[in-house]
Amino acid sequence: MKKYLTTSFSKSAYVFTGAVILMAIVRNPYHVGILVFLGMNIIITIGLSLLMGYAGQISLGQAAFFGIGAYTTGILTTKLGLPVAVSFPLSILLTISVAFVIGIPTLRLRGHYLAMATLGLGEIVHIVFNELIPLTGGPSGFGNIPLIRIFGIELDNDYKYFIFVWAIVAIVLFLSLNIINSRVGRALKAIHKEEQTASTLGVNTSRLKLSVFVLSSGFAALAGFLYAHYVTFLSPGTFSLGFSILLVTMVAVGGMENIWGALIGTTVLTLLPEYLRFFKDFDILIYGIILISIMILRPEGLYGIKIPGFLLPRSKKGDNE
Amino acid sequence: MKRVMAILTILIAFSAASCLEAKDKKQSYKIGGVFAITGPASFLGEPERNTMLMIVDMVNAQGGINGVPLEAFIEDSVGDETKAVNAVKKLINSDKVLAIIGTTRSGTTMAVIPIVEKAETPLISCAAAETIVNPVRKWVFKTPQLDRHAADRIYGTMRDRGISRVAVMSATTGFGSAGREQLQNLAQTYGMKIVADETYGPKDTDMTAQLTKIKGTNAQAVVNWSIVPAQAIVAKNMRQLGMTIPLYQSHGFGNIKYVEAAGSAAEGIIFPAGRLLAVDTVPDSNPQKKVLVEYKTLYESKFDDPVSTFGGHAWDATWILVEALKKAGADKEGIRKSIENTKGFVGTGGVFNFSKTDHCGLGPEAFEMLVVNNGKFVVLGQ
Amino acid sequence: MSFASQLLQYTLSGITIGSIYALVAIGFNIIYNSTGIINLAQGDFVMLGGMIAVFFHNTLHFPLVASGPIAALIVALIGILFERFAIHPLKNASVITLVIITIAASILFKGGAMFLWGKDAYSLPSFSGDEPIRFLGATILPQTIWIICVLLFIVAALVCFFRYTMVGRAMKACSYNKRAANIVGINVNNMVMLSFGLSALIGGIAGVIITPISLIEYEKGSLLGLKGFGAAVFGGLGNMGGAVAAGILIGLLESYSAGLLSSGYKDAVALIILLLVLFFRPGGIFARKEVQKLKHY
Repeated sequence: MKKYLTTSFSKSAYVFTGAVILMAIVRNPYHVGILVFLGMNIIITIGLSLLMGYAGQISLGQAAFFGIGAYTTGILTTKLGLPVAVSFPLSILLTISVAFVIGIPTLRLRGHYLAMATLGLGEIVHIVFNELIPLTGGPSGFGNIPLIRIFGIELDNDYKYFIFVWAIVAIVLFLSLNIINSRVGRALKAIHKEEQTASTLGVNTSRLKLSVFVLSSGFAALAGFLYAHYVTFLSPGTFSLGFSILLVTMVAVGGMENIWGALIGTTVLTLLPEYLRFFKDFDILIYGIILISIMILRPEGLYGIKIPGFLLPRSKKGDNE
Repeated sequence: MKRVMAILTILIAFSAASCLEAKDKKQSYKIGGVFAITGPASFLGEPERNTMLMIVDMVNAQGGINGVPLEAFIEDSVGDETKAVNAVKKLINSDKVLAIIGTTRSGTTMAVIPIVEKAETPLISCAAAETIVNPVRKWVFKTPQLDRHAADRIYGTMRDRGISRVAVMSATTGFGSAGREQLQNLAQTYGMKIVADETYGPKDTDMTAQLTKIKGTNAQAVVNWSIVPAQAIVAKNMRQLGMTIPLYQSHGFGNIKYVEAAGSAAEGIIFPAGRLLAVDTVPDSNPQKKVLVEYKTLYESKFDDPVSTFGGHAWDATWILVEALKKAGADKEGIRKSIENTKGFVGTGGVFNFSKTDHCGLGPEAFEMLVVNNGKFVVLGQ
Repeated sequence: MSFASQLLQYTLSGITIGSIYALVAIGFNIIYNSTGIINLAQGDFVMLGGMIAVFFHNTLHFPLVASGPIAALIVALIGILFERFAIHPLKNASVITLVIITIAASILFKGGAMFLWGKDAYSLPSFSGDEPIRFLGATILPQTIWIICVLLFIVAALVCFFRYTMVGRAMKACSYNKRAANIVGINVNNMVMLSFGLSALIGGIAGVIITPISLIEYEKGSLLGLKGFGAAVFGGLGNMGGAVAAGILIGLLESYSAGLLSSGYKDAVALIILLLVLFFRPGGIFARKEVQKLKHY
């Protein structure tokens, strides 16, 4: 157990350190800004990876949880003038309560029925954002969301926000790695493989599935909180079905079998459109072709793909996990 | 460990790419454009992009601005806030532009305002919403007419025609809901009573249910506030239901192609628009006549596509910026000041008079009420 | 307009939209039955059908009677090619991988259509005029009658196809048990390809017949795909009759809630009812228990 703790701690620390080194190299607010969005996306997809890869459940409603988190903190800080320190726990709490209540009936469904149900819930939340005009500003959205102030430092530029977001990425990763390596993680794997067997062996499957669903919604709300105080403007378009589908695609492209797959898939699909700006109008076609090629060539995801040796920094033989 | 390495590799490739950005070759005035070239608002963004590039070519063909060539950097926002934020950051930080034209949609403009304000870079938006310039922000301007003025003109025309009970239809988009809000706010001023207030999704295929509800009221006219294709479907559906009350549309009806899409159901639609769409019926004495003809001829011959008022917003924005560059050169604060001091600029949208308190510069008279007559736009009342 | 004729009008509007959803849902079901996957590019088949018909009719000036069938056949061919190049090469891929491929294909179809036709909305002339047919104070367009007739015709044709033809029965066998079908000598590969062709064909036909009333543009497919998916799930995946009934039911729900409750929440009302049904009948309204057991994720 202790070994797990230290390794997952060091892995998370590696990711954080790597990110900060990268930021120091890049030193351009545009690129740093993209990496901030990457960090937010990773926070969501880590949760989704736990849900899809470990608990074997799909959710096409993650954008809605992302949105509830963002809107809650946005509304509380702008309309009610609450400090961020208060709106933060409230936005997470509200999201996971919603996830808990709708998770109970929803997670009884399977496969495409579950996909449709989560999709439907996501759409309903999206409609509510559009229609509750006095609170949400409707389709036009609302702005002037205050910045975060932490330990007396206002996170008013991309660099400061970058460090804040990636520190949270590291914490989320650390938590998730520990969950995977715990008894709970093994039980989850069992559900994914053989739900009935797991159930007869005394695993409370529905409670576990619900817990992971709620956890993943909490991660999405966390990312939503970060989004709201970074962009400082919210409108429903950001939290649409398209984004939910993109998140699932990120996890699948990276490889559902492993949490690192989510990191890889998210990184590739977040950075790709920015690289493709070079191709102007052709970007959408090239994006589609790359996506389809990845899935045909690597149906199980990019995770574990052999990178040509010359691209990799030398690592010690036998270093595997 | 291999996974960490894999991620690092991708990230290093990313940073390498970011270092590879072109270094300055020769001196030029760099200006940026962020438009929804793809995505749901692309039929607005595309003419805007085309127009901006066309003007840059024109300026450079005449030897640039004070001998310095103009260089345009165009980015696609896909009409998405996150992408627009990234695009604006790229233009400011990587391409080091002096000013930005765009974005296409109100939501994306609102999302990028904090960035341009902090980076102190002038932005001339092509989006409609009034909240962009109200309250006035130091670095943000816009060229499209205000929604409020469109609603003003619509209600004014209705009052002249003895209409006092209206049914409002609007799409659940930023444009639709902003218009709906203006219609609600101004109703009292014009003595209008809103007897039905219906909305629909921007991609809905049928609005007969909403219109049936309206048909059951005593409305004397319908105002529809949306963009294509919904505005064409509303016209078709009204015809199907045998509704004979007049249909008013917003200034989003600004392209003759929408008349084609709606077919004969478009006949008699009344809407406010810049004079660009009815340039043939604008009298020669109108100060705008010359620029309208010029833009229409240039655009239609170059792109083989009918002009739209949306491209016109980019025409106005780009020329205002070019004029500002002429006066101020490569100085952001100077550019901002000279945009703010622009007076009597004749554009496609109207005659612009910017000031410290008005960053739009157009009044209600910038709109002309047009009507669809035999498949063509003509000025109402002629 | 009296309340009764308003109600009738809501019903007719609901049936109009619902028939379109039903057509899309049938397409979902055909592919689902043979592969177990949800083809998220189904809505784009509809879009392509409309766009190609517009190209033949408005650009090449073919008569409408020729443009429609040509468009539908081209879309069928696109469906077959899509299966050959993107689905077929993946022998043992998981369902989710294949679904992601259909998402990528949807992005490609949209991007391609945007290039070929630009971003404008197009229309086709109605098949038999625009003069609405009136009865009891409500109106219906001749085109709507076309849509309903085509829907009924497709359902009848599919029933005959699956019941009485060798190929149809072979496809049905594949949907029940792939391995057993293979053992009795059915070429499962060909059946999968055929199912993509068939479902693209139906999508293409849907595109052609809805364009005169709802217009078509390159992004039209997403929403139709979403509603069609909802109808397919609501009616019980793989169940053709269920899909038709559920499609029309969703259309009616939307129309009634737009007319009688709130137009802003009309989609939410339809979705909430759909979800409630799913919570109480986790296999759709018309699900049979045995059938559900055969299909797994």
